[in-house]
Amino acid sequence: MATTALAPESAHPVLTALRGAIGAVRSALQALSYNRAGMIATWVFIVIVVISFVSPLVIAEPPPDYANIYAAPSAVHPLGTDFQGSDVLAQVLRGGEVVLIVAAVAAFVSVLISITFGALSAYAGGWVDTVITGLADVVLTIPGFPLLAVLAAYLRLSNPIFLALLIAALGWPTLLRAVRSQVLSLKERDYVEAARALDLGTVHVLFREILPNMRAYIAMYFVLSMTGAIYQQVGLYLLGFAPLAGDNWGIMLNLAWYRGAIFFKGSFWYIMAPIIAISVVQLTMVTMTRSLEEAFNPRLRKAG
Amino acid sequence: MPALIEVRQASQSFRTRRGVINALQDVSVSLEGGEVLCLVGESGSGKTTLGKMIAGLRRPTGGQVLFEGQDIWTASHEVFARYRRAVQIVHQDPYASLNPVQRVRDILAAPLERHGITKGRATLERMREILTQVDVTPPDDYLDKYPHQLSGGQRQRISIARALTLGPRVIVADEAVSMVDTSIRVSLLNTLLRLREDLNVAFLFITHDLGIAKYFGWSGNTAVMYLGRVVERAPTRALIAHPHHPYARALLSAIPEPDPELTRKKAKLLLRSLEIPSLLDLPRGCTFHPRCPLFETGLCDDQRPELTTLPDGREVACHVAVRDLLPRASGVA
Amino acid sequence: MATERITQPQPLVPNDVPAATAETILSVRDLWVEYATSRGSVRAVRGATFDLHQGESLALIGESGSGKTTLGLALVRLLPRAAQIPRGELDYCKGGKPVSILAMDQGSLRRYRWEECAMVFQGAQNSLNPVLTIRDQFFDTVRAHRRQSGREIEERAEELLKMVQLEPDRVLQSYPHELSGGMRQRVLIAMSLLLQPEILILDEPTTALDILTQRAIIDVLRRLKEQLGFATIFVSHDLSLAAELADRVATMYAGRIVELGPVNDIFYRSAHPYTGALLDAVPTVVGDEEKLTSIPGSPPDLRTLPTGCPFHPRCSFTIDRCRTEEVPVEWVSEHQQVACLRWRELRRERRSGASTD
Repeated sequence: MATTALAPESAHPVLTALRGAIGAVRSALQALSYNRAGMIATWVFIVIVVISFVSPLVIAEPPPDYANIYAAPSAVHPLGTDFQGSDVLAQVLRGGEVVLIVAAVAAFVSVLISITFGALSAYAGGWVDTVITGLADVVLTIPGFPLLAVLAAYLRLSNPIFLALLIAALGWPTLLRAVRSQVLSLKERDYVEAARALDLGTVHVLFREILPNMRAYIAMYFVLSMTGAIYQQVGLYLLGFAPLAGDNWGIMLNLAWYRGAIFFKGSFWYIMAPIIAISVVQLTMVTMTRSLEEAFNPRLRKAG
Repeated sequence: MPALIEVRQASQSFRTRRGVINALQDVSVSLEGGEVLCLVGESGSGKTTLGKMIAGLRRPTGGQVLFEGQDIWTASHEVFARYRRAVQIVHQDPYASLNPVQRVRDILAAPLERHGITKGRATLERMREILTQVDVTPPDDYLDKYPHQLSGGQRQRISIARALTLGPRVIVADEAVSMVDTSIRVSLLNTLLRLREDLNVAFLFITHDLGIAKYFGWSGNTAVMYLGRVVERAPTRALIAHPHHPYARALLSAIPEPDPELTRKKAKLLLRSLEIPSLLDLPRGCTFHPRCPLFETGLCDDQRPELTTLPDGREVACHVAVRDLLPRASGVA
Repeated sequence: MATERITQPQPLVPNDVPAATAETILSVRDLWVEYATSRGSVRAVRGATFDLHQGESLALIGESGSGKTTLGLALVRLLPRAAQIPRGELDYCKGGKPVSILAMDQGSLRRYRWEECAMVFQGAQNSLNPVLTIRDQFFDTVRAHRRQSGREIEERAEELLKMVQLEPDRVLQSYPHELSGGMRQRVLIAMSLLLQPEILILDEPTTALDILTQRAIIDVLRRLKEQLGFATIFVSHDLSLAAELADRVATMYAGRIVELGPVNDIFYRSAHPYTGALLDAVPTVVGDEEKLTSIPGSPPDLRTLPTGCPFHPRCSFTIDRCRTEEVPVEWVSEHQQVACLRWRELRRERRSGASTD
C-alpha cells in the first residue's frame, strides 16, 4: 500500500469525499474478487461500459434506408434494420451510453442525498432526525413511477441529465433509511466513542470513522440504484414521456412498439436486441451486488 | 485545592420500555492527579456507567462532575473542551476499539493534528515517541499496520497510545486488560503502571477481577460497587486484607485463586440468595439486604445505609459493619 | 510466511504410556486434529495423549489458540466440518471394554454423546431454545434418547435442579429469557446430566459469569461430582478454575499437551516453563503484594509454528536445541509428564499461599 511519510492531511471536506469515493471503488473491487460470479459479472459490466462509450465515437449514426425497412438479419445488417431501414446493431451499440449515464447520475445523486441526510439524521438525532425521516416517509409513500411519468411529461425534459435528477429525487428514501440504521449502529462503536473523547469533531467522526466503514455497503446500494434507474428511464422512454432523440435502448423499444415492428417477421432481433442489452446489464449488476452482499460477511472477508 | 476530578452525588438513569433503570445513584468519588482508583463490581454495578460519566461521555441525570472545582456540564465550552482532552478512555474489546479501516498512523495523527499539537514531520516524531512509550517497538514497523494485522495485546497498546496523544491527566481504563490472554496481561498492566509513574497520569481502573485490581491498584484506592452505588471505598491493600462491607467480603471469599490448596481451604462467606435483584426493581433499604448474611430485619430492609467515613478514612455503606466498627457512633437509628 | 516444516504428523506421545486400566473411562492416544483453511491446513491438536479415569476431573488449560476447545470437541466428535482427525485413537471404555469413538456410526455416536458423554458448550447460557419452556427442553432431551414416562422425567429433572440449587417448580415452567445467565448455566448442567452420562465435558463453564455466580457454579459442580460420580473434563483459560476443581491438569500450548499431572504437581512443582510462566502471570487475591511477570511475545499462529519447541521464542530458558529438536514427552514422575528438553533443571518448587497461614 502506498504511503507517504507525511501524516494524513487535515481533512478538507471535498478531499475527504474524494478519498472516500476512491476507497469505495477500491473496496468494492476487492469485495467482488471474493466471488467468482461477481468477478465475471464485473468484467462483463466493464466491457459493456467500454463498448457503450466507445461506439458513439467510432460508429456513425446509421443512415436511414427507406428501401430496406424491417429487414431480417443479414451479413450487412447482422440484426436487421428498423422502421426507417437503419442498422439495428449500430443502434444497440450506440444506445447504451445515455442509458448508463442517466443511471449513474441518478444513482450518484440519490446515494449522495441519502448518505448526507441519512448520516446527519442518525448522528444528530432529535428533531433533525424526525424531520428527515418524516420527509423520507412522505416521498416513500408516493407511488414513484406514476409520479415520475406525470412529472416527466409535464416538465418536457430536454436533457437526459434532468431525467436522471428526477429519478434521483424520488429514489433516495429507501437508501436513506438503510444508511441511517447503519450509522445508528456504527456510532455506538467503541472507536467512535474514543473519537468523541478525543474531541475530533462531528465531521471527522462522520467522514473518517463512520462512513469509511460503510464503503462496500454504499457501493452495493449505488449499483442497486443504478438498476432501478435503468428500469425507470427505459419505462419512461417506452411510454414516450422522455425526449425521443438520439440512439438509446429505451427509444429503440418505444419506436419498435409504436411503429409496429411486431407485425414484421424479420424484426425479431430488432425488438429483442435492446431487451437483451438491458437484461444483460441488469443481470451483471445484480450479480455484482449479490457478491458485495456476500463480502459483508466478515468471516468471508477475513478469509481473503 | 479542589480535587482533579470530583463526582458529587451523581446519578444516571435510563428510560427503557420496561421502566426506568437507575444505573447509578448518589455516587461520590474523587480522583487526584496521578492517583489510581479501581472500580470493582459485578455486571449491573454501574462501574462502566460511572467510567463513561467521568470520561465526559455521558451527562449525569443528577449530581455533578467537577473538574478542578468547575462543573463540566454547566461551565463554559472551554472548560468542557479542556476536560474532554484531559480525560481519555481505553475500552475493553481490542477488536472493537480501533477503526478497522484506519492505519495506526491515521489513528494517532488525527487527534495530534486536529488539536494543533503537532504538524507534519513533528507528528510523525510524536507518534514514534508515543508508540515507544506503550512498548510498541520499533514504531516504524507498526505505523502502516491496520488493526486486523495486530494481535489483541498490540491493539490494546494502540488504544492506550491513542489515549496518550492529547497528554491526558486521567485515563479511564474500562476492563482494559480483561480480554487479552493471560500471558500478555501482566505486560500490559506493567506498561500502564509505568505510564502512571512517568507521566503522572491518574487512572480510573474498572475491573471485575479483584486480583487485577490488587495488582494494579496496590498503592491506590479501590471502590466496590453494587447495583449502582459505592458500598465500600478504601486503600486497596486495606480493602483486600480486611473488607468491611459484607458484599466486599463475599466477593473476596468467592474468588477462585490460582493455588489449589489455598482456594479449596478459603473460608467462604455464604450469601442468603444467589440471585441479583433487577435494576428495574431495587430492594428497599439496603439493596444488598436480600442476599446479605448480616441482614437484620427492620433495619436493613427499611433504611438505606449511607456511605460512612470511618476514623481511618475508609468508607462503608452498611448499618451492621459501621455499628461494629464505630461502637459509639449514633449514625444508626 | 514461514514454510510448514512438518509434512507428516510426528508422534508426540510419551514413551511407555501405561495401558488403559480398569479405571480408565476415556483413552486418548496420539490424537491429531487438522483444520482446512483457505491458507492451508492448520494442526489445532497435535498428538494429544491422556487417560481419563472414572470420577476424575481433568482440566485442559491454555490460552486462545492452544487447541483446548478443539480437543474438547474432538472427544465428542463435534468438530466443525472443516476439521478432520488424520490420526490417533479415541476409545470410550465403559466396563473395561474399549469402544473406538472414531469408528462409531451416527447412531452410536448420538447415543454416546448424551448418554455416555455430555458436553456443555462455551456461552451455553445462550444455547437454550428461546421459545420452549425449560420443562419442554428437559422432556425433549430425554425423549430423543429413551422411552420414559413423563413422571419419571419430571422427578429426575426436579432432583437435578435441586442439586444445582434451583427451585424446580419455578424454573421448569420458565422460558430461558426469564432466567439469569448463571441460572441458565446451571439449568444446562442439570440437563446434561439427565441421562446419567459417565463423562461431562465443560467448555469455559464460568467464563463471562459474575464472581458470585462463578462461585455458585463451582460449588454446584463439586457437589454434583461427589454425589453422582461422573468424570469431568474442563476446558478453560482460567487457572483458578483448575485449581478449584481439577484432580489433574493438562497445560496446552500450540496444540500440544506440554505438561500433564496431578493438580498439586502442576501448581507447586511444575516442570514446563510455560506452566510456570502462566502461574507467575496470575495474581492471587488474598495475601500480600506479588511480583507478577509477563511472558514476552504472544501465542503463535498455528499456521506458522516455530520450529522445535513451539514455546521457544517466548521462553526464558531457550537453548539451541530447543529451536531445532522436536521435543519428546517425558515422565517426570509416575503421574506427571512434560514436553521440555530442560525440565530436569527447570522444575521448580512453589509454595502455596495457604501454607503461610
